[in-house]
Amino acid sequence: MPSSRSSRSVLPGFGLSLGFTLAYLGLIVLLPLAAAFIKTAGMSWSDFVAATTSPRVLASYRLSFGASFAAAAVNATFGLVVAWVLVRYSFPGKKIVDALVDLPFALPTAVAGIALTAIYAKNGWVGSWLDPFWASAVGRLDAALPGVAWKEWLGVKIAFDRPGIFIALTFIGLPFVVRTLQPVIEELEPELEEAAATLGANRWQTVTRVLLPELFPALLTGFAMAFARALGEYGSVVFIAGNQPLHSEITPLLIITKLEQYDYRGATAIAVVMLVTSFVLLLLINLLQKWSRRYHRV
Amino acid sequence: MKRFLLLAFLASVAVGSAAETSLLNVSYDVTREFYKEFNPAFAAEWKRRTGATLELKQSHGGSSKQIRSVIDGLGADVVTMNGVTDVDQLAKAKLIPADWAARLPHGSVPYTSTILFIVRKGNPKAIRDWSDLARPGVQVVIPNPKTSGNGRYSYLAAWGYALRQPGGNDASARDFVRRIFANVPVLDTGGRAATTTFAQRGIGDVLLTFENEVALTIKELGADAVEGVVPSVSVLAENPVVWIDRTVAKRGTAAAAKAYLEFLYSPAAQELAAKHGFRPSDPAILAKHAARFPALPLFSVPEVFGSWEKAQTVHFADGGVFDQIYARR
Repeated sequence: MPSSRSSRSVLPGFGLSLGFTLAYLGLIVLLPLAAAFIKTAGMSWSDFVAATTSPRVLASYRLSFGASFAAAAVNATFGLVVAWVLVRYSFPGKKIVDALVDLPFALPTAVAGIALTAIYAKNGWVGSWLDPFWASAVGRLDAALPGVAWKEWLGVKIAFDRPGIFIALTFIGLPFVVRTLQPVIEELEPELEEAAATLGANRWQTVTRVLLPELFPALLTGFAMAFARALGEYGSVVFIAGNQPLHSEITPLLIITKLEQYDYRGATAIAVVMLVTSFVLLLLINLLQKWSRRYHRV
Repeated sequence: MKRFLLLAFLASVAVGSAAETSLLNVSYDVTREFYKEFNPAFAAEWKRRTGATLELKQSHGGSSKQIRSVIDGLGADVVTMNGVTDVDQLAKAKLIPADWAARLPHGSVPYTSTILFIVRKGNPKAIRDWSDLARPGVQVVIPNPKTSGNGRYSYLAAWGYALRQPGGNDASARDFVRRIFANVPVLDTGGRAATTTFAQRGIGDVLLTFENEVALTIKELGADAVEGVVPSVSVLAENPVVWIDRTVAKRGTAAAAKAYLEFLYSPAAQELAAKHGFRPSDPAILAKHAARFPALPLFSVPEVFGSWEKAQTVHFADGGVFDQIYARR
């Protein structure tokens, strides 16, 4: 892989374009983030620790990161299937299905939240049968495997409980995985699979040894984007979460709660913790992606 | 040429600000309909008094969001809110003097409201009073007291009720409020969202909300779906109004802003408030609409909790009683 500067590009202008890149990122991304850090800098260390590590805030980190991770993982799995089908097969109505994928991008999140709540509430189309089913399933799990607070972890309802949060986060994250994978799958030629088959690989081996390693970096990118999006999501989740302290309160809600009390510093302190954690996680995912690319392309 | 254009521009700005005849009223969510009717009435009155046309603009949203915008520089001439704590924030930011409440009659509160109940038709769980909300098996929908004025008043009303019971003290009140919130299945962030949860999603046996929202919800859903319940006692929800000294001084709108707020106390405006479900501060007009506004003893927050600031820091600040109630569950 050629390094960035040594290969001479046909087009000049590295200095200029890099200048624009840095100025643009600085203005659009770093400046607002810096404001959060500056606001927090006015706090004493003990205030900062108190604001960001109270039991309620810690519970919300666990929920926000956990639910976002679960939703992104589900999206990575099923988004891969969707992207594969959309690239490799043609079927009537494909254009419409393809356009549907983008819908969660375009829909205002509050609309998504209200629509999802209407469907999954106990008097909604899906909630009316899924709600009792979920309650009894979790109840049985609780009886079969005591010692784990299943009802606490999985919730006993769909809407207004943890499953609702997971559903909302899955909904908003789907397009990220599909749209990152599609161009990569388009570049994978079907000959690759044929070659694998002629060399004696069975179907399972073709998928796990030939296709997945090629798709893995893009899959990770899609996962990371869906995860990051889910972490910051507020609008759709608050309608469906039930917002019970220590149980179904997401971190962005706590930030808003602090703002409602005119506690700007407390709000930005939590925001800073979220920012730093997400940045570290995204950096790790990027490194993992780089590693997997190097590992698989000898 | 450029300089000429600049001068022309500056001149037009100067003329524009000299002939400034607009007022911006920054208010909370549910006063929209009331001020839509009140504003033309005041504009007509102002024209009659001064001969000048006054353009009235309104801005509505969640109350603390609105106050934050004003503190951050939204040029509001007047602010009409649903809680004293929010207006106190403006005083803290030095936009208005600390004694703002004394500048207009009734502590700058032209109309009030209170917290009442809505239950399902026929009242299947027989909910008559605050004590019924703490019964096991009753589901109560209250928005989050930390994010909505609505929830804050409901919480304080429950606490005040418990204090008034025989042998009531802070410990018993705390236990009572804890039992009520143990019955709350959903803590919505705002009053309207809570109404939706109760009305559209079919969650809960009883919804606690402002009197004007009760009337609106019953009208919306029909009397065959829900009914109102008046508890034995409730809290007085004050709706303070204030002109923003810093803005009106800069824009030269002090006289108009003051007249605007004073007009809220006129019989015509008090009638309008009653029409929109707010309790008029004028006793004669309140008595006239006694059928719409059930007589029940109302205690004010300072009466029971000392002051708004105290209620706020003791109960709703981080780590306060409301947080502790949840931590112990």
